[in-house]
Amino acid sequence: MTTLDERPAAATAAPPPTGTPYDQLRVVPARHPGRWVATAGVAVLLAMAVNSLVTNPRWEWDVVGAYLTEESIVRGVWTTVQLTLITAVLGFALGTVLALMRLSRSPLLQAVSWGYTWVFRSVPLILQLLLWYNLAYLYQSLEFGIPFGPAFASVETLSLIDKFGAAVLGLGLHQAAYSAEIVRAGILSVDQGQLEAAASLGIPRRRQSTRIVLPQAMRSIVPTAVNEIIGLFKGTSIVYVLALGELFYTVSVIYGRTQRVLPMLLVAAVWYVVLTTVITVIQYYVERYYARGAVRTLPPTPLQRLRANLTAGLSRVRTAREVAR
Amino acid sequence: MTAAPVSAPDVRPGRVEVHGVHKSFGTLEVLHDVDLVVEPGSVTVVLGPSGSGKSTLLRSINHLEKVDRGFVALDGELVGYRRKAHRGTERLHELPERDLLRQRTRFGFVFQSFNLFPHLTALENVVEAPVSAQGRPRAEVQAEAQELLDRVGLADKAGAYPRQLSGGQQQRVAIARALAMRPAVLLFDEPTSALDPELVGEVLGVIEGLASTGTTMIVVTHEIGFARKAADRIVFMDAGRIVEQGTPEQVLDAPQHERTRAFLAKVL
Repeated sequence: MTTLDERPAAATAAPPPTGTPYDQLRVVPARHPGRWVATAGVAVLLAMAVNSLVTNPRWEWDVVGAYLTEESIVRGVWTTVQLTLITAVLGFALGTVLALMRLSRSPLLQAVSWGYTWVFRSVPLILQLLLWYNLAYLYQSLEFGIPFGPAFASVETLSLIDKFGAAVLGLGLHQAAYSAEIVRAGILSVDQGQLEAAASLGIPRRRQSTRIVLPQAMRSIVPTAVNEIIGLFKGTSIVYVLALGELFYTVSVIYGRTQRVLPMLLVAAVWYVVLTTVITVIQYYVERYYARGAVRTLPPTPLQRLRANLTAGLSRVRTAREVAR
Repeated sequence: MTAAPVSAPDVRPGRVEVHGVHKSFGTLEVLHDVDLVVEPGSVTVVLGPSGSGKSTLLRSINHLEKVDRGFVALDGELVGYRRKAHRGTERLHELPERDLLRQRTRFGFVFQSFNLFPHLTALENVVEAPVSAQGRPRAEVQAEAQELLDRVGLADKAGAYPRQLSGGQQQRVAIARALAMRPAVLLFDEPTSALDPELVGEVLGVIEGLASTGTTMIVVTHEIGFARKAADRIVFMDAGRIVEQGTPEQVLDAPQHERTRAFLAKVL
């Protein structure tokens, strides 16, 4: 006969000689010496890196600080942000249309969508940008009217597509090709049964898309989409080939003049990191919003997690102190 | 001939006629010349081995599945088609999706795998279709939805998401969702097959309760006990054909067909 206090001896090395019940014995946590060594090693490397950043005068942190909020830099940052926002909206709007075309039953719509993705994914972005910038050479003016019929309005291509316009077109159309696939994957990830249920309830078609399919597709769209937007944000630096005054072009102009190359690159890097961090934080909350219903309990926000960690840490310290006593 | 979105729901008889329906998936014929009449307010249970075409028949009735030949009618109105005069004769026109969706609101469909919308709460699941498909005022529908959840024993789960509910609870929400449309006909596609044995009873209990309210019901199931208790008629299908049909006593106790006998011997 065994009681709860006297578990079979096989479970541990040997039964306590004095016969004290297990639940009154002190528990000693397992030691992890490897983990401690690795942690110490990484801490040393980290300290070395920080130390060199601080002590090496060639980083010229004073210059970085002076230029970080300099007017032309801030203007460049604003242009970069504008470019990112406009092309992300354009890219994902067009991408959604392309995805729906690809999923339609019309062979022509499918083929056109496939062809678009094929072309715009195949040609390097830098080449596309230069092509758009030189559009005026191919078509001096753009006409709006009835296809093959009379035109109602005509504009000079150069006046419509300036540097910024070429950058938006190039980045946006390129982005659309990638976005189309992301949106399509998201839509395909929604269970077929959801559409059947919506159809059997007679929910109108548009409502099926906006209320049933897209909110569920968003769960798989958001992480990759934000990835793309961050890529796009940093990718805007490529439009420096059009001599458009975004962040990267602005710093390159400044270091061309002052020869302070590294600190100026650092200025740009700091801005890119800060803004990417902002996007990442937004992503976290968007993902959390679309996770409703997909998980039993929502993951805690960073603040909640911090609070929980602090409480847990404190109580661990308290227990350790009690054990020591 | 378009049905008004909000017509008096309680006077709908719900007589279902299936005439000479054929359906193939590729080279596999799943329904062969199926004829069936379901009287308004009756409960019909469809039995048969897996792959006998029961589910396809059910899905053909509300046009989730388009049949190759034959037709389905609800109270004399063709499902999925419309008659139109054409040069002295008549032709059948396929309904545009919008009209088809409107017609579907007269059927309630309960799936084997529930198919609740996971990103909406139980209450939102029930409220969605009456508001967006039937255009009824949200406040009124919400009150009714709460009553329906109460009726399936889930009054306290209105704010829960489907994944926070057990299988049996999810299926009961799905039943409430189907009822919220005030359908003339309720179609159940193996409603308890995805449930743990101990949860089957709670769902069958709800369905039995509905059987006494006079809604026309067609239930595909493997629960023979339920069939005996709740069915007015039992239809036995095998290999895409209706082998025999009759009252529960006729089909379950004195089956005429060898196939029916063999099937019942296995499941009873």
